[in-house]
Amino acid sequence: MPEPRIDACDVLVVGGGPAGLSAAVALRSAGVERVVVAEREVVAGGVPRHCAHPGFGLRDRRRAWSGPTYARRLVEDALSAGVDLRTGTMVTDWAARDEDAGGGAPGLAVPDAWVTSPLGRARVVPRAVVLATGARERPRAARMIAGDRPDGVYTTGQLQAMVHLHGRAVGSRAVVVGSAPVAWSAVLTLREAGCRAVAMVTDGPAADIPAPAAVAAQAALGVPVVRRSHVVRIVGRQRVRAVEVRHLDTGAVATIDCDTVVLTADWTPESELSARLGLEVADGFAGPRVDAALRTSRPGVFAVGNLLHPVDTADVAALDGRHVARAVAGWLSDERDRPVATRVRPGWPFAWVAPGLLAAGAGVSANGRLLAWPTQRVRTPRVRVEQDGVVVAERTLRWPTAPGRAYRMPWSLLDACDPAGGDIVVGLRE
Amino acid sequence: MTAVLPVRADVVVVGGGVVGCAVARELAGHEIDGRPLDVVVVEARGDVGDGTSKANTAILHTGFDATPGTLEARLVARGYELLGAYAAEVGIPVERTGAILVAWSADELAALPSLLSKAQANGYADARLVEADEVYAAVPALGAGALGGLAVPGESIICPWTTTLAFATEALGRGARLVRDTRVVDVRPGPVDTEVVTTAGRIRTTWVVNAAGLGGDELDRMLGHDRFTVVPRRGELLVFDKLARPLVDVIVLPVPTAKGKGVLVSPTVFGNVMLGPTAEEVPDRGDTSTSDAGFAFLLGHGRRLLPALLDVDVTAAYAGLRAATEHADYVVDVDAGQRYVLLGGIRSTGLTASMALAEHTVRLLREAGADLRPRPVLPPPARMPNIGEAFVRPYQDAERIAQDPAYGRIVCFCERVTRGEIRDALAGPVPPADLDGLRRRTRAMMGRCQGFACGAEITSLLEAGHA
Repeated sequence: MPEPRIDACDVLVVGGGPAGLSAAVALRSAGVERVVVAEREVVAGGVPRHCAHPGFGLRDRRRAWSGPTYARRLVEDALSAGVDLRTGTMVTDWAARDEDAGGGAPGLAVPDAWVTSPLGRARVVPRAVVLATGARERPRAARMIAGDRPDGVYTTGQLQAMVHLHGRAVGSRAVVVGSAPVAWSAVLTLREAGCRAVAMVTDGPAADIPAPAAVAAQAALGVPVVRRSHVVRIVGRQRVRAVEVRHLDTGAVATIDCDTVVLTADWTPESELSARLGLEVADGFAGPRVDAALRTSRPGVFAVGNLLHPVDTADVAALDGRHVARAVAGWLSDERDRPVATRVRPGWPFAWVAPGLLAAGAGVSANGRLLAWPTQRVRTPRVRVEQDGVVVAERTLRWPTAPGRAYRMPWSLLDACDPAGGDIVVGLRE
Repeated sequence: MTAVLPVRADVVVVGGGVVGCAVARELAGHEIDGRPLDVVVVEARGDVGDGTSKANTAILHTGFDATPGTLEARLVARGYELLGAYAAEVGIPVERTGAILVAWSADELAALPSLLSKAQANGYADARLVEADEVYAAVPALGAGALGGLAVPGESIICPWTTTLAFATEALGRGARLVRDTRVVDVRPGPVDTEVVTTAGRIRTTWVVNAAGLGGDELDRMLGHDRFTVVPRRGELLVFDKLARPLVDVIVLPVPTAKGKGVLVSPTVFGNVMLGPTAEEVPDRGDTSTSDAGFAFLLGHGRRLLPALLDVDVTAAYAGLRAATEHADYVVDVDAGQRYVLLGGIRSTGLTASMALAEHTVRLLREAGADLRPRPVLPPPARMPNIGEAFVRPYQDAERIAQDPAYGRIVCFCERVTRGEIRDALAGPVPPADLDGLRRRTRAMMGRCQGFACGAEITSLLEAGHA
């Protein structure tokens, strides 16, 4: 009778998207021997696999590949770097280890992972864990959209996988919910599938498209944008027949006939595994709180990518992956101190900021960036950093905030903060 | 497999819900004149258990709160024993969580002793009154203000989907036939047999069993009766993310009022937390839509019952229709002249009572002159694929994966559903008609991402399986 295999390694990277694969390659470059990447999909590479538009790899590779090309290159690099990349392999749960690693509190050892693949059930015993599980869009129920429950309601992720990976047809008339960049990506995917986007419904006053090119794309794509509105009801018992749209200011309800609904953005981290470890959670979303070195609240457990900032672009996730290698390698060579640290929290108009922890000696964050999720458009933002209620830094940034896109600020804004002090709040001056 | 409509049967069971399938299974275990009873189930929808049976609170009731002396009270109590034992035999997920009925006001607290007496009158002896501190010991995350409670340790949670499928699977294994997508449009009883007219043709049968649920009154009228009217009562339910499951280990019930049983919070056998139902009479027998008002109502209750519940996402929102009638009890009867059994007005307790209703149907048929005898030899019982959290799932089973690697290939990540399970469901005796049917058999796409990661692949697998 087969028992689960015991499978020791130096680092277990959970997730083989841009962040996880980049972390694995960087760890191998840093001389770490056994780096296992567990990727639950049969093909590694993550979300870019089904993103057809170009522009992938700008920040980490200085290239503008298509998503599939970028994903393929990440996989090739991982394999040639000697990463033990295991696809079709899912970490389903953690197993507590009996002994304690490194003199911390009992129960805070690096966890073992239960892993399932067609090769069997295994207990992976790592010396360090890097979580790179990414993010996803909230589906219909989590958005509390009432009505019938017909076929034809998708997230962008499902739509892209259907069209680009499975060559499946969708309907002929779609309503796209949201207007962040991913919504325009959904419009392009729909067009490729022969489905016309008949409306884009957004709660914002304007579609959240900052770049002139995207505005041009909007004009070229000719999708009517329904502003200041919510989809409040889906109609159709077998297949979608229509959506009801309510205007946020007037309360007026209009009906739009369609056979497909695409729910875009409304990102949430794939945080089940980090939640099951009981990691301290960030403010504003369900992912783990990390410091600039990408250490979580649990010794030996690190996190990278859109699990930490749902979402920024794939290349930013990949830069996290590269960045984490130093701290992981340090942990493996017995750098076990837990420095004094204080929380970095979001102020208006940000829903979250990441990293959410300022720790002494953690160094500068990945790519020197402090990321935030703006809920409002601010044309000339003046960033204000407060600690213990005192303004410690103010700086005007030259680039506007736009809802639906991560806002990137210099990490140096926190230079005057004290890791031994109280909470730090990063916001904009109103 | 779905059969074409035969020309002749001993019994036509109209309705392939949990009750119809339980009846078909039971009848197919009998013989008449020395040969197995020929049973045909006619189901209007594309799948068994696709109506009221799929959207309920999924509780295996002790019947402690039924009205003593009613048929419903008797059949729920009997069905609780029968289904509890059957579930263990064939592998229907059941968890013996127990329930606590919580009083939030002085009036509700004062009502508890009478509920205890009612439980005793129903023959349920294990209920007991508990103080507020014991309520909070059982559910530490419960909202503030509970004054006391009634513990009902026998109340349990069950998988309603596997239950119906197990009945259907065994019925077919015993020789019954299932005809789906076929609606009964008329029933014409004659002196020796009855003609059942359907959208797929006519079938002659000796006996007719009405297990048509929401359509039961219409079928009854086709036979010339006017005994009851179904007034669909819609119940909306919210299913919360599995991360909320540690908040609640028992079913938390409200004190019932004249308006209904109220809103409960319960763990599910899939490891989620369920909140609901609403209770709203709707005119349309097909209206299983959810509403903003329903969401607001349920979230308001959730905030009071289990405040931390609102910190996690809703994984699914759905609505079911109970076949409520103007009668306080089930409407069950036999007409010997028409060789016709009515199982009407079977409300939310029908899941628990299903096997007892089947047993009762045999009794009624015998009373009306059918010489039914148990078949001396039956096929071995079904063994249902486990989709419950409390039991070993294929992805956790090293031995099973070693024998068949398809059980190691997880395709639905949130719910850990493997390709082997999807293959088995598509090749099973009662294969799914659509994605929703596949979901009920495997849990595929039932999780928090609702198909973001796996929807495209699972849709393709379903189509390949049908091809």
